[in-house]
Amino acid sequence: MRPFSYERAEHSVGAIAAAADGAGRNAMYLGGGTNLVDLMRLGVERPGHLVDVSRLATDGVEELPDGGLRVGAAMRNSELAAHAIVRRRYPVLSEALLSGASGQIRNLATTGGNLLQRTRCPYFQDASKPCNKRRPGSGCPAREGDHRNLAIIGHSEACVATHPSDMAVALTALGAEVEVAGPRGDRRVPMPGLHRLPGEEPERDTVLEPAELITAVTLPPPLEGGRSRYRKVRERASFAFALVSTAVVVDVLDGTVRDCGIALGGVAHAPWRAERAEAALRGAPATRDAFGKAADAELSLARPLRDNTYKVPLARNLLVQTLEELCA
Amino acid sequence: MAEDALAVEETRKEPARHVEVTLRVNGEQRRLELDTRSSLLDVLREQLGLIGAKKGCDHGQCGACTVLIDGRRANSCLALAVAHDGAEITTIEGVADGDALHPVQAAFIEHDGFQCGYCTPGQICSAVGMLAEVRAGWPSALSTREGDAGPPALTDAEIAERMNGNVCRCGAYPGIRAAIAEAAG
Repeated sequence: MRPFSYERAEHSVGAIAAAADGAGRNAMYLGGGTNLVDLMRLGVERPGHLVDVSRLATDGVEELPDGGLRVGAAMRNSELAAHAIVRRRYPVLSEALLSGASGQIRNLATTGGNLLQRTRCPYFQDASKPCNKRRPGSGCPAREGDHRNLAIIGHSEACVATHPSDMAVALTALGAEVEVAGPRGDRRVPMPGLHRLPGEEPERDTVLEPAELITAVTLPPPLEGGRSRYRKVRERASFAFALVSTAVVVDVLDGTVRDCGIALGGVAHAPWRAERAEAALRGAPATRDAFGKAADAELSLARPLRDNTYKVPLARNLLVQTLEELCA
Repeated sequence: MAEDALAVEETRKEPARHVEVTLRVNGEQRRLELDTRSSLLDVLREQLGLIGAKKGCDHGQCGACTVLIDGRRANSCLALAVAHDGAEITTIEGVADGDALHPVQAAFIEHDGFQCGYCTPGQICSAVGMLAEVRAGWPSALSTREGDAGPPALTDAEIAERMNGNVCRCGAYPGIRAAIAEAAG
């Protein structure tokens, strides 16, 4: 592991200044470290300076006047999943968090760090292999190699990686916004807009600029009358990344879908907001037939690779089943 | 190849950075000088001689390195020691009350919750932390829907889900689950 200097930030302004000052040494923010420390050990990430933001005072939730909820970036995944307001009003978020990782990892991992975790594409994690995300221009062996678990939507010639976060999929279905502070001021980024599609620059996972820091995630008031669910399909029952997952929030009245928020995980370089499915469902009857048409509308965008065509029917079936369960 | 050579060169050129860190380990204050790169696991094993926590995978996947940090279970291999300056650390060496075994330790012996024993310190520390989570009413992926109706029932499936971060290569899982169920009372 490359040697690095370390400092603990006392507040976000200090953290941003420290990250900006350390740009020449490849300064990075440290949250819980559950992904970053591993990638440093693998030689995939090589920061020369770490700015520890895990003890900033942004470690709790705050109820907002509009009925929404503000989640601090340093809040641990385990505490967020267990929080009474989250469980009662945003159960899809609690479910998504608890479907990911292990108890030990959730106790370390932070909200901000969860959003910024890197892909688990095997070529990205192996520093001896080419990878356009790790070393731009070196090529993408996954296109012809092991891509069984990789993207079916929105990928590019340069990169077919998927974003691994479960939490981000729930935040996308909920219409959350990410609060960002940086050297040039503060801004709010609506999910899924934080994460980019790979295009020609797969080295950039997100729209964040150098030294920008995630300070919080804001949830809008819960959909009135809505029910929500996170479902995840993986190769073993627990402690594995999604092959495909879905977060669904839906409000049905008298057999008609009034409103919904739908996102898919494990299919793209970003949590995937299923806008076409949402549009097809609003005002539609809450029937299996309508659910299937909505899923097909979304998955018409799919361009699966040689060995991951299975993800298309998997995503369709998962979405239809989840909608049926919520609307039963 | 070029990238690897570059990385090695870079690492050679740059001096290690040392920092002073204070940890309270099993009730004892320890002042340490560390390389910033040291994981909590390496500090426990190599600097403090506490070899109970094991280095299984060193990637946070096997749980053999599990310790309690400020009362919460965590993978000590993924924790940079410098980031936990001032923390209270409990390892397997510190869970018993003097000569009296912790109830989870006693239950592991009673139910044969191990074979080779390599994963056992991590299993026990993880179970101690997990049972505290259950007492605090924390949900799991299986019990999120139970709402605020008190701590969830610790069925076999519930224990397996909550212990998903601890792998046992010998497959002693039935004994491990039985031990945890008994210790939960």
